[in-house]
Amino acid sequence: MARKVPEIPASSLADIAFMLLIFFLVTTTMDVDSGLERRLPPMPPEDQIDDDTPPIKERNVFVVLVNAQDQLLVEGDWTDVKDLRDKAKEFMANPNNSENLPEKTMKQVPYFGEVGITKGVISLRNDVGTSYGTYIAVQNELVAAINELREETANQKFGKSFDRLESDQQDAIKEIYPSKISEAEPKKVGGR
Amino acid sequence: MSKFRKNDSNELPPISTASLPDIVFMLLFFFMVSTTMREVTLMVQVHIPEATELSKLEKKSLVSYIYVGTPIKQYQGIFGSEPRIQLNDQFAQASDIIDYITAEREARDEAEVPMMITSLKVDEFTKMGIVTDIKQELRRASALHINYSSRKSSAVE
Repeated sequence: MARKVPEIPASSLADIAFMLLIFFLVTTTMDVDSGLERRLPPMPPEDQIDDDTPPIKERNVFVVLVNAQDQLLVEGDWTDVKDLRDKAKEFMANPNNSENLPEKTMKQVPYFGEVGITKGVISLRNDVGTSYGTYIAVQNELVAAINELREETANQKFGKSFDRLESDQQDAIKEIYPSKISEAEPKKVGGR
Repeated sequence: MSKFRKNDSNELPPISTASLPDIVFMLLFFFMVSTTMREVTLMVQVHIPEATELSKLEKKSLVSYIYVGTPIKQYQGIFGSEPRIQLNDQFAQASDIIDYITAEREARDEAEVPMMITSLKVDEFTKMGIVTDIKQELRRASALHINYSSRKSSAVE
């Protein structure tokens, strides 16, 4: 004959759960970490003394200089960060095969056939005194320029956004518009 | 009239709160799952810059963080107000980064090491000199995959 066990009162359960809930509410950080993703170039081997890479033609280099006052010099012209994106796009695309914009090499690319691929390289050099905010703004514009070109090509060719393409289609577009941003070591002029 | 309202004089019955714990538990589990605890206490002030071309850091467990910024008030007496590097829970020099990356690698599974990302949380007003030093050290440690932490810019173009 089992004796009846008295029921455990559950009315305070809600209070306990509330306490836990408030704790997690306070400690939680909902923001997803995001940022500009870049790859650094590997260190050159130590025994490499003389630089035997062939020199790059001047028309193939898009020079972006940032000084310690956070001012931009793009291809010899003083430029605002806002205008950098369009300039970089024009440089990378070179739609009219103009003489002073980068050369193109013909290459077979899947889905596209023979396409001229730009030889252009974006070269970014900043000063030791440049502020990090400006540096990120410039990097962002340059990455945006390449992303926009890829997006436009994807829309023209496949009628879809670049993110929604198959990975081999994405690779084909990436081959046409490579993300070539090289960073020179900063010069120490002005600033601290 | 009285056909439908039989207990006219009675008050409203109290709302049953028996399901309240269930609702609260549901909320609780949601927050428990979605929460990410801060692993380090920040000793530097970091106000990260804004950008538009963002990519998300997918695997939190593969990310190692480097913080750069001016030390917060209580440390300014010792470390000054110039931007400093923080690794884990202490201030560090750029030359400590190699050791930090090695330690981070050793803590991970061997197969995961190539997928590791270094997230740089750097204050907007830091000068590039210190950031370049960090980048050089990261290259030396061959931790080449980096992520400049930034916020989605609120300005609509």
